Amino acid sequence: MASKDVLGRRGEDLAAGFLERAGYEILDRNWRSTTGEIDIVAQSGGVVAIVEVKTRSGVSSGHPFEAITYQKLRRLRSLAAEWCTAAGRSSRVVRIDVVGVVAPPGAPAVIEHLIGVS
Amino acid sequence: MAVARTWAVSLLGLEGALVEVETDVSSGLPRFIIIGLADRAISEAEGRVRQAVVNSDCALPPHRITVNLSPAGLPKNGTAFDLAIALSCLAATGHVESSSIARVVHAGELGLDGRLRPTPGILPIVRAARRAGRDVVMVPSANAAEASLVPGIRVVTVDSLRAAAIWHGAELDVGDPVLEPVVGPTAAPAEHLELADVLGQDDAVEALVTAAAGGHHLFLLGPPGSGKTMLAERLPGILPPLSTDAALDVSSVRSLGGERVGDVLDRVPPFEGPHHTATAAAVVGGGSGVIRPGAVARASHGVLFLDEAPEFARVVLDCLRQPLETGWITIHRANAVARFPARVQLVLAANPCPCGQYGAPESACQCAPSAIRRYFSRISGPLLDRIDLQVTVRRVSSAAARLASERPASTSAHARSRVLDARGRAEKRLRGTPWSLNAHVPGAYLRSSPIALPSTALRPLDRGLERGALTMRGYDRVLRVAWTLADLRGSAGPDLDDVSRALFLRKGIAA
Repeated sequence: MASKDVLGRRGEDLAAGFLERAGYEILDRNWRSTTGEIDIVAQSGGVVAIVEVKTRSGVSSGHPFEAITYQKLRRLRSLAAEWCTAAGRSSRVVRIDVVGVVAPPGAPAVIEHLIGVS
Repeated sequence: MAVARTWAVSLLGLEGALVEVETDVSSGLPRFIIIGLADRAISEAEGRVRQAVVNSDCALPPHRITVNLSPAGLPKNGTAFDLAIALSCLAATGHVESSSIARVVHAGELGLDGRLRPTPGILPIVRAARRAGRDVVMVPSANAAEASLVPGIRVVTVDSLRAAAIWHGAELDVGDPVLEPVVGPTAAPAEHLELADVLGQDDAVEALVTAAAGGHHLFLLGPPGSGKTMLAERLPGILPPLSTDAALDVSSVRSLGGERVGDVLDRVPPFEGPHHTATAAAVVGGGSGVIRPGAVARASHGVLFLDEAPEFARVVLDCLRQPLETGWITIHRANAVARFPARVQLVLAANPCPCGQYGAPESACQCAPSAIRRYFSRISGPLLDRIDLQVTVRRVSSAAARLASERPASTSAHARSRVLDARGRAEKRLRGTPWSLNAHVPGAYLRSSPIALPSTALRPLDRGLERGALTMRGYDRVLRVAWTLADLRGSAGPDLDDVSRALFLRKGIAA
């Protein structure tokens, strides 16, 4: 595993733990289709959140949130629809969240959660 | 997070409207949105503001930042909004005091390193802020001189965003990094042109003084090399100095054009001499997006000189009729109307014919009569109607030049004091009327009692009217000039001599 993948995996674990502590139920992780991957699918209060996790070891090359581009959001929206079809759920109660993890080596990570970004 | 508010000024022509700049930081993906009919230069403020903030050791949060320019329906343009946008972002994120920026009007363009660059239009912006009743305005140091020309408002000058943030209560180091202040272009020193340099043209000089004293438009007609341009260029030097308001108008137009305005208010009336290939847009002003002042606006409160007037496009000359009538130039665009001051004294110069030799004693004219007629038909009747003085300028003969060099010529200072005296007398007489200059007085008023002239003085005019050599409008113009000549002489009213001279001063071209 390349070091960026290690960092990404660690970020996703941290994010999943964060969501669980916040009262979310994790429905799926690293769900794949032919067009891409959803990092985390979580659920709280009957609403399904398609969660994209972005992890950085520092903010020198920008905050993790800045990596979410318009194209990325569009892809997430179509993936969300695919997941709903595959899981047999209504796509009306689905939203897209972003979790940013800044995890500097040897220091506690900072986790931020943006709810309903699009 | 809170909404922070501050103020900026949007310029339309010389008139500025106060614009509230409000910034809201809300949770969401990082985006920087500027709304409120901003033009391209303002939309690009995002890039400048972002980097300037980072390089001033502050940070914008990775959230959605929305900047609204209100009133949202008013089109806004220019880079002067940068400072207000940056400071409202800093206030919305808690770097500076919201209450502090809310009472200050900001103007200035940012560099990526956070330096404030000299910004065009600072003078009209500061004037607009004062007129809107604001007390404090913050501008770039490079524009300090022109901002200080406006009385009655406190001007804070800063050389960088960091200095601006510190002034508003940010806790930043003052010292480093040292940014070299950006210096704007320097103003060219005004050239003093001396009336005494004009040799052997006593009649034409006298006509120039008359034009200055009465505010009359002037038409100089003469062969090439007779000194028409030289005369016209000396007119601003013998006009009275500008009032504070007029001088601020003149400097504001210069500031809008990006010219550097000195720290002492320039009270010399401006002089503009556009080339005869100038387009209508160059003369009256225009441009897409930002509406820029043209030559007429730049010459406001001064002299507009059109050399080789018949060579100008006819549409350009006719564009001058509205400003000559109203003293304003109004430029209409689909989304805005800009108004500039345009009270000019017009000086036209022309050769007597296309080859320039017609009527000159020492050379023969080659032009067909139809060519001469066509040449002058470019200057339309309505425009000529507004010109009171039409003077023929002859080439100086060697004898006249020798004679002139032997006795002292009239200096600019002397001529100006005569002009001031005459204007003072006219103003006193016209007190209680809407006019202050002879050139603006309508003929009906001049012909009515109590200032109607005795019939003995009017005899040459009445005879001209009877013979059909003079129209009624021409009659009024001669009367106006006669009053100016009387004012110059220091007399209570024109006599036969003044009327005859006035008649002579409008015989430049056939009317």
